Amino acid sequence: MSAEVSQRESHWRRTRRLMIVHLVIWAMFAFVVHWFAPWLNRFSFMHFPVGFYMAAQGSLIAFVVQLFIFVRQQESIDRECGMAED
Amino acid sequence: MGMRMKGSFIDNLPKIYGLYTGGFLVFVGLMALLEWYGISADTIGILFVAFTVVIYAVIGWLSRTMQVDAYYVAGRQVPPVFNGMATGADWMSGASFVAMAGGIYMSGHAYLAFVVGWTGGYVLVAVLMAPYLRKFGCYTVPDFIGTRYGGNLARLLAVIVLVVASFTYVTAQINATGTIAARALQIPFAVGVWFGLLGILLCSMLGGMRAVTWTQVAQYIVLIIAYLVPVIWMSNKQGFGMIPQFVYGDAVARIAELEVLHQVGVLQPVEPVANMSALTTLHSQAESSAMAAWKFVALTMCMMLGTASLPHILMRYFTTPSVRDARKSVAWSLFFIFLLYFTAPALATFTKLQVLDPALASSIIGKPIDMVNSLDWIQKWSAVDFLRIVDSNGDGILQINEFFMRADIVVLATPEMAGLPYVISGLVAAGGMAAAMSTADGLLLAIANALSHDLYYKMIDPKADTRHRLIVARVLLVGIGAAGAIVASLRLTSILGAVAWAFNFAMSGLFFPLVLGVWWKRANRAGAIAGMAAGLGVGSWYLYMVKWGGMTPWLGIDDLRFGIVGAATSLVAMVVVTLLTKEPDAETQAMVDEVRIPRGKTILDSSH
Repeated sequence: MSAEVSQRESHWRRTRRLMIVHLVIWAMFAFVVHWFAPWLNRFSFMHFPVGFYMAAQGSLIAFVVQLFIFVRQQESIDRECGMAED
Repeated sequence: MGMRMKGSFIDNLPKIYGLYTGGFLVFVGLMALLEWYGISADTIGILFVAFTVVIYAVIGWLSRTMQVDAYYVAGRQVPPVFNGMATGADWMSGASFVAMAGGIYMSGHAYLAFVVGWTGGYVLVAVLMAPYLRKFGCYTVPDFIGTRYGGNLARLLAVIVLVVASFTYVTAQINATGTIAARALQIPFAVGVWFGLLGILLCSMLGGMRAVTWTQVAQYIVLIIAYLVPVIWMSNKQGFGMIPQFVYGDAVARIAELEVLHQVGVLQPVEPVANMSALTTLHSQAESSAMAAWKFVALTMCMMLGTASLPHILMRYFTTPSVRDARKSVAWSLFFIFLLYFTAPALATFTKLQVLDPALASSIIGKPIDMVNSLDWIQKWSAVDFLRIVDSNGDGILQINEFFMRADIVVLATPEMAGLPYVISGLVAAGGMAAAMSTADGLLLAIANALSHDLYYKMIDPKADTRHRLIVARVLLVGIGAAGAIVASLRLTSILGAVAWAFNFAMSGLFFPLVLGVWWKRANRAGAIAGMAAGLGVGSWYLYMVKWGGMTPWLGIDDLRFGIVGAATSLVAMVVVTLLTKEPDAETQAMVDEVRIPRGKTILDSSH
C-alpha cells in the first residue's frame, strides 16, 4: 500500500512538473513573442517579417508540435509510475 | 451507423469516410461539368447546399439511439483522430470560416490575436483539463462541477454559466446558417434561419452526441476542402505554388510596398458607410506601443482561457475510449484546426494582393471607377450591400479610401474576384454552411444536455427512467433551437461580437472552478460557488458598464476582453472563500486523487 502511495506521489509530482514546463513554453509563444512583435518585425524569416510570421504561423506550429510531444511525455510518465490504463 | 454495424463500424471508419470524401469530390466534379454545360450559377449554389445538408441529415438519422451513454457521450468509442476532426468542425464556427480572413484583411496584425488565441487554448485543454474530465466519466461539464464540489447550488451555477455562454454563441451560428442558406438558396433571411435550424436539428435530435459526432466528421471534411481549394488555386494563379502557406512571405513584402503606393493608412474615408469599412490598417506592421501589445496579449488570453472553458468543446473529449485517447485527441484536434487557421492569413494576403497590385489583371485600386463598376463581382456584391464604391474626391479613379466592404466578403467573394469558376463559390457556400451547422449542433447539444441531465434528471426528477430522460433532452433541444432562431432573426449583435462574448462569459465563470477542481485538492464547494457567481456576476456587470453604461474601460479592457476582469475576480473569490472555509471531506479528496491517475474505473459509472 505504501509503495502504491509513493508511486502515486511521484506520478503526480512528475505530472505537475511537466504541466509547468509546458505552460511556460505555451506562455512564451502565446504572449512573450507577440509583446515584442514590432521589434521582431525588423528581422525576416522565409521572407516574412518575424513578428507577423509568429502570429500568423510560428506560434501555431509551436503549439501543435508541443502538444504531440506532451502526449508522449505524459504517456511515459503514466507508464513508468504504473498509472497507465490496462 | 445503425445498430447493425456497431463494432465493425468503428473499424471501418477510415474506409467509410474515405469513400465519403471521394464521393464528395466526384460531386464537385459533377457540378463543374454541369457548369461547363451551362447550368446557371444559382442552380449550382442550391445543389451544393441542399446536397450536403441532406447528407448530414441522413447521417443523423442513421445514428439515432435510445441509449443514454450513446446519446450523451457517443458510447465512448470515438477514436482520437476522428474525435479530432469532429472537434475541428465543432470548433470552427461560421465566424472562423467566413469572417477570420476578412478580419485579418481589414485589421492586419492586431486581428491575429484571434488566430493565436483560438489555437493556443488547446494547450490548456490538453494539459489542464481534458484527460481529467474524461477520467471523471461525466456526461456534461456541470456534472463534473456538481460531483466534485457537491450540492445542487454548484451544479446549478455551472448550468447557468454554460447556458449564458453557449446561448450567446449559438445565436451567432444560427444567424450565420441563415445568412448562407438565404444567399445560396435565394430565400429570405428569416426563412433561411428556420431552414438552417431544421438542418441542425435533423443532425442532432435523434442521435444526440453520437449523431453529432459522425456528422461533424463529415462536416469537417467538407469545410476544410472548401477552405483550402480556393486558396491553393489562387496561389497557383499568382505563382506561389501548391503549399502557399509557407511561401507567401514575398506577397507580404509586396503588399508593404503597395501600401506606400496606395497610401494605405494615410487616406481616411471621407464619410463612413454603415456596416462596411475601407482599408486603413497596414498588413504586417504591429503598432509599437505598450497599449497595443497589451491589447493583443489580453485578447489572446481571453480567447485561450475561453477555449478551455467552453462546454461544447470539453464535452467532445468525454467521447473517447480512454484517458490516453482523450489527450491524444486534443493534439489531433489542434492539428486539424491549425490547417484552417494557418491558411486564413495566407488567404487574406492573396486577396489583398489581388485587389491592390496593379501588375495583376484583377486589381481595382488605382483603376478608373467606370471600369471597376463594370466588373461582374463588383455589381453582384454591391447589389446585396456587401461592398460600395464612393468617388469621394470626384476624380473618377478608385482610391483605397473609396472602396468599402464587409469583411465577410473576403472568403465569400474571393473565388469570383480571382476569376475562378462558379463551382468554387458553391463549394465555399457549402463549407460555410458546414462550419456554422456543426458548431451550432455542438452548442445546442451542450445546452440541452446540461438542462436535461443536470437540471431535470439530477435536480428535479432523479427517478426518471431512460426513455423519459431522452425525451426530455430532445424536447429541450428543439425548444432551445427555436429560441435561438428567434433571437438570431432579431440580429442583435454582430457575429464576431457575440462569439467573443461567449468566450469571455465561459472563462469568467468556469475556468478556475474547473482547473482548481483537479489541480487544487483544497478547493471546496463554498469556494467554487463564490468563484462562479462572482466571476459571472462581475464579468457581466463590467460588460454592461463598458458597452452600454458609458464607463471608460480599465487599462484598455473593452467589451471583447471583459473576461480578464471576470476571471480575475473568479480566481480571487474562489481562493479567498476556500481558505476561509473547511477543507473538503476525505471522500472528496480521495476522488481528486483518483481523477489524477488514468488507471482504474471512472469516478461516475455509465448509468449515473
